[in-house]
Amino acid sequence: MPISVKNLRYVYSPGMPDETVAISDVSFDVADGEILGVIGHTGSGKSTLLQHLNGLIKPTSGEIYIDGQCITDGKVKMTDIRRKVGLVFQYPEYQLFEETVRLDVAFGPKNLGMDEEEREKRVRHAVELVGLDYDEIKDMSPFELSGGMKRRVAIAGVIAMDPKILILDEPTAGLDPSAHRDILAMVRRIHDEMGIILIFVSHNMADIASLSDKVIVMNEGNIALSGTPAEVFSQGEKLAEMGLGLPPAKEIADLIKSKAPKFESSALTADETAADIRRYLEENRG
Amino acid sequence: MIRDITLGQYYPGGSAVHRLDARTKIIATLLYIIELFVVNNFYGFLIAAAALFAVIAVSKVPLKFIFRGLTAVFLIIAFTFLLNLFMVDGRVLWHWKFLTITYEGLMRAFFMAVRLVLLIIGSSILTLTTKPIELTDGLEKLLKPFSKIGLPSHEIALMMTIALRFIPTLMEETDKIIKAQQARGADFESGNIIQRGKNLIPILVPLFVSSFRIAQDLALAMEARCYRGGSGRTRMNEIHFRRGDAVAAVLMVLFLAGIIASRFI
Repeated sequence: MPISVKNLRYVYSPGMPDETVAISDVSFDVADGEILGVIGHTGSGKSTLLQHLNGLIKPTSGEIYIDGQCITDGKVKMTDIRRKVGLVFQYPEYQLFEETVRLDVAFGPKNLGMDEEEREKRVRHAVELVGLDYDEIKDMSPFELSGGMKRRVAIAGVIAMDPKILILDEPTAGLDPSAHRDILAMVRRIHDEMGIILIFVSHNMADIASLSDKVIVMNEGNIALSGTPAEVFSQGEKLAEMGLGLPPAKEIADLIKSKAPKFESSALTADETAADIRRYLEENRG
Repeated sequence: MIRDITLGQYYPGGSAVHRLDARTKIIATLLYIIELFVVNNFYGFLIAAAALFAVIAVSKVPLKFIFRGLTAVFLIIAFTFLLNLFMVDGRVLWHWKFLTITYEGLMRAFFMAVRLVLLIIGSSILTLTTKPIELTDGLEKLLKPFSKIGLPSHEIALMMTIALRFIPTLMEETDKIIKAQQARGADFESGNIIQRGKNLIPILVPLFVSSFRIAQDLALAMEARCYRGGSGRTRMNEIHFRRGDAVAAVLMVLFLAGIIASRFI
């Protein structure tokens, strides 16, 4: 279910003194099964862009096609888009409201009009997919769970709607390192098992480098850079100008390169950098 | 939608109206509101409207901005208008089944609508030209004399400051929660009243939880900075009456005289 965004533009409160251009002219495509990473500093228009993709915000101009269908011409039913495109907001645990985990996760499927039996099946599957024991927590109040678990339940609430495209806005924000790792592994697993398009925003360059097939960099309402992680992260200076950084592993590789001209590495993740260093040391022993 | 509510918003600027002491503006607004109820004919409103638009012109707040705030209360105005239109006895102008419009009713309806519009615009000028912090400082000073009879003036002012400060935060929070639930397929726009009421639960529960969390964080942050109530507390920016305030006072007296005179036209 490919996505195609064409000349998207969005202006907040047009004609008012507080008028601001959130997105000025953005076009990009995402192919089936791809993982797209979105980076950009706060206020660069990332969140606004993502909210366009499931129709929460209507663009000022421009079009969005999902699976060839235009979702911005006002003819489509919103529930159809929301069924296809699942959007998980930042700190999704703040949207939990039901008495039990089971009811909360079932909120989305219920809104889509699924019957009881189908709903139960989806809910169980979603909760298990985010790595929780359904039978253990289904009757607990979502408010009793730990921070990391709450976030998983909230994500399960969107997955239970069985989207074909899943958008996550900073899924790891504010988590401790172990919960961070778990969520990241979970995101990867969800993508692989459901075979969906995954779009995620992160400030963590290491996460972006290790997870995404394609990266877009937002700056002041425009796409400043885009391409594979290797392409994007080879432009360290441009990224620094925009107040963004490189994955730590890439920084280390660059640092070694500056001291040892013969060292070659295109690594972006810790494991790759480590392998390149080992190879370099073995080749240049003695 | 929820962002469009300008009630209580501040419009940054450096005009003569902005620079007035908050106390002057509060008293002037109070007098203005009282005077709107003293008025008994349209001439009085003419004077009030002229004064109001003069103040708006001096304040340099765009009219568009002021009227945007008015649209939020349009329903109340329309309701008052209709109520007056059909409820007043007098010379009948139009009659249909149980609905009757009288000459007196028509006049009264317009009279009330004009009064409401002037009231709302007038009081929004106060908040548009005064920073919330100045507003509550002014209020605290004005209420100070009453603390002798046990009125907690500092606490009242602090409560107002916090309430005003958190209106935008809670609006943003509400907006976020609404969107998050919409993304989960929630529908807030259809169904009958009971159904719509029920549909609000997914917004209200997270909003309450958030409010408590925010309140707790704020209390902690205030305690961490040794806040312990109003006694012995000094201010960084003392407020003072200036020449502009004297001018405003004179204008206010003239306005008052004009309004009272208008009763006898």
